[in-house]
Amino acid sequence: MSKTLYDKIWENHLVHKQDDGTCLIYVDRHLVHEVTSPQAFEGLRLQKRKVRRPELTLAVPDHNVPTTDRSKGIDDEESRIQVETLRKNCKEFGVELFDVNDKRQGIVHIIGPEQGFTQPGTVIVCGDSHTATHGAFGSLAFGIGTSEVEHVLATQTLIQKKSKNLRINVNGDLPKGVTAKDVILKIIGTIGTAGGTGYVVEFAGDVIKNLSMEERMTVCNMTIEAGARAGLIAPDEKTFKYLEGKTMSPKGKNWKKALEFWKTLYSDKDCKFDKEVNIEGKDIEPLVTWGTSPQDVSPITGVVPDPANEKNEDRKMAMERSLEYMGLKANTKISDIKIDKIFIGSCTNGRIEDLRLAADLLKGKKISSNVSAMVVPGSGLVKEQAEKEGLDKIFKDAGFEWREPGCSMCLGMNPDQLKPKERCASTSNRNFEGRQGRGGRTHLVSPGMAIAAAINGHLADVRKI
Amino acid sequence: MEKFTNLKSIPSYLSLQNIDTDMIIPKQFLKTIKRTGLGKSLFYEMRYDENGKVIEDFILNKVPYNKSRILLAGKNFGCGSSREHAPWALSDFGIKCVISSSFADIFYNNCFKNGILPIKIEEQVVVELSEYSKRKEEIEIDLEKQEIKYGNKIKKFEVDSFKKKCLIEGLDDIALSLEKTSQIDNFEKKIKENSPWLLKND
Repeated sequence: MSKTLYDKIWENHLVHKQDDGTCLIYVDRHLVHEVTSPQAFEGLRLQKRKVRRPELTLAVPDHNVPTTDRSKGIDDEESRIQVETLRKNCKEFGVELFDVNDKRQGIVHIIGPEQGFTQPGTVIVCGDSHTATHGAFGSLAFGIGTSEVEHVLATQTLIQKKSKNLRINVNGDLPKGVTAKDVILKIIGTIGTAGGTGYVVEFAGDVIKNLSMEERMTVCNMTIEAGARAGLIAPDEKTFKYLEGKTMSPKGKNWKKALEFWKTLYSDKDCKFDKEVNIEGKDIEPLVTWGTSPQDVSPITGVVPDPANEKNEDRKMAMERSLEYMGLKANTKISDIKIDKIFIGSCTNGRIEDLRLAADLLKGKKISSNVSAMVVPGSGLVKEQAEKEGLDKIFKDAGFEWREPGCSMCLGMNPDQLKPKERCASTSNRNFEGRQGRGGRTHLVSPGMAIAAAINGHLADVRKI
Repeated sequence: MEKFTNLKSIPSYLSLQNIDTDMIIPKQFLKTIKRTGLGKSLFYEMRYDENGKVIEDFILNKVPYNKSRILLAGKNFGCGSSREHAPWALSDFGIKCVISSSFADIFYNNCFKNGILPIKIEEQVVVELSEYSKRKEEIEIDLEKQEIKYGNKIKKFEVDSFKKKCLIEGLDDIALSLEKTSQIDNFEKKIKENSPWLLKND
């Protein structure tokens, strides 16, 4: 019988299946960070349980770490305790840790692929909803809660039921100035934040095939914003090339064997998806969000929508609430919206290609005098590479701050936060109320659009730079 | 885990849709290394103003809803971050059942690990219950029979049989999975043969 890529990975990981369809699936790779793991390790300790396979787990502090000078440690006591707790737990249970001052430290979803820890056909989990990022390599990767983190540590498995199959085809080509971030925002705007609930998404079509690995990660990263826990892309030559020679990638004979297996990872030609969505690349413009849900998207050439035109009462109420929170009036031109802050970074857009694209647009220009702007590289290695290429200099010369790696202002658990009513063009993934700081107003954009906003001081069209 | 069987309470209704886990428990409370004590921070930015003063108007600050153990909410409840702090905060506040027409997957799963029953039911029933909640009368959740009882009405709801069993018996699912250790061992032997690159230390 023909199978989808998800079907194949699922079946490959089935340890046990109960009559009611509840399954025990094997977890190949587990990523851990300081925020969602302390209670899991504590649970093990209380029950006198061990970590079954410590070498399959990799830990890194990222959410709480300051992005300024780290030589003096972490000021905030609670943050410091969380990071110290991770350190202590890793030592006690034998888990590898990339500590705060290790140059391999970075956002958990950036370091996995960077190290070759992320591999095709595997099941990868992490106590973080953006784990879907790793699906770009054709792995089944999804976020879990802390109780499940504990379950994985103790058993190297998870209790799950199989999801349904959804394929999203992005066909044709992308117009100039339109990037992976716009593709995923378009998808979320099309199917809605609950459109993928209960499904595992496979992204396919020529647009997806033509994306680089880094761009594919941007797309898969925000699958959760469309309601699906996991989004994946069939691995191809680009995937293999990306992984070849990475520190934790298979070597020698194993590389050949792995490659042979990875080439079988695709959805069979005549397989059946429970649902399919088609989007034409040519219809995608550079997008921004205007509201407090990632589905609230508008082309940069558009206007803030008018709730008065909305027929569904609940939706209308939600839109009114969003506009009030965002301090926006219906029918305002999107490109008239003034910006105070620019944030380039996060597991969505904190990779080297993002920084290259941004720096290329910024070269020789200055940011507007009414904005403050920062770049937070996704990892120490991204930072190192960017500095080697002189990108840091371009950013700094233009007026950006150049920071140390971490999650930073994507969720503001560290000191990088918006003040009430401050408006930010952000390359992150969530524009929820209070996400970047209480009362802060987030417009999600691509790195290119963030640069356009930085130069102009208002949301602006990247195609006009 | 605390067992869940029957629950009677006056329900609270939060009319918003897409309530995300950032709203349920904002980031500043994720710095804890404990599971307990989050109830006072539940829906923090809706319950307290910028100066930390209680917003009297918010439903969970109003008598008798401040003692609600059942929460009714708009669709796609619990979307966003995977933080289990969200169900921990709900549970610590006293809420043991959330009723909505749809839930985000990770949050839905996390509830069951913490003795909370998320009930997914047709939007029409949520609307009816929200109207009923204005009476400030108790409704009853019977998990065994999978029924919501309010006034003289009874509505059936669906729940996965295994998840139901775990809630009713308060089962520790790690212990259940550890019973399958020999199957996990065998599975790993198979990986070692077929995909030796995956088990790093063997």
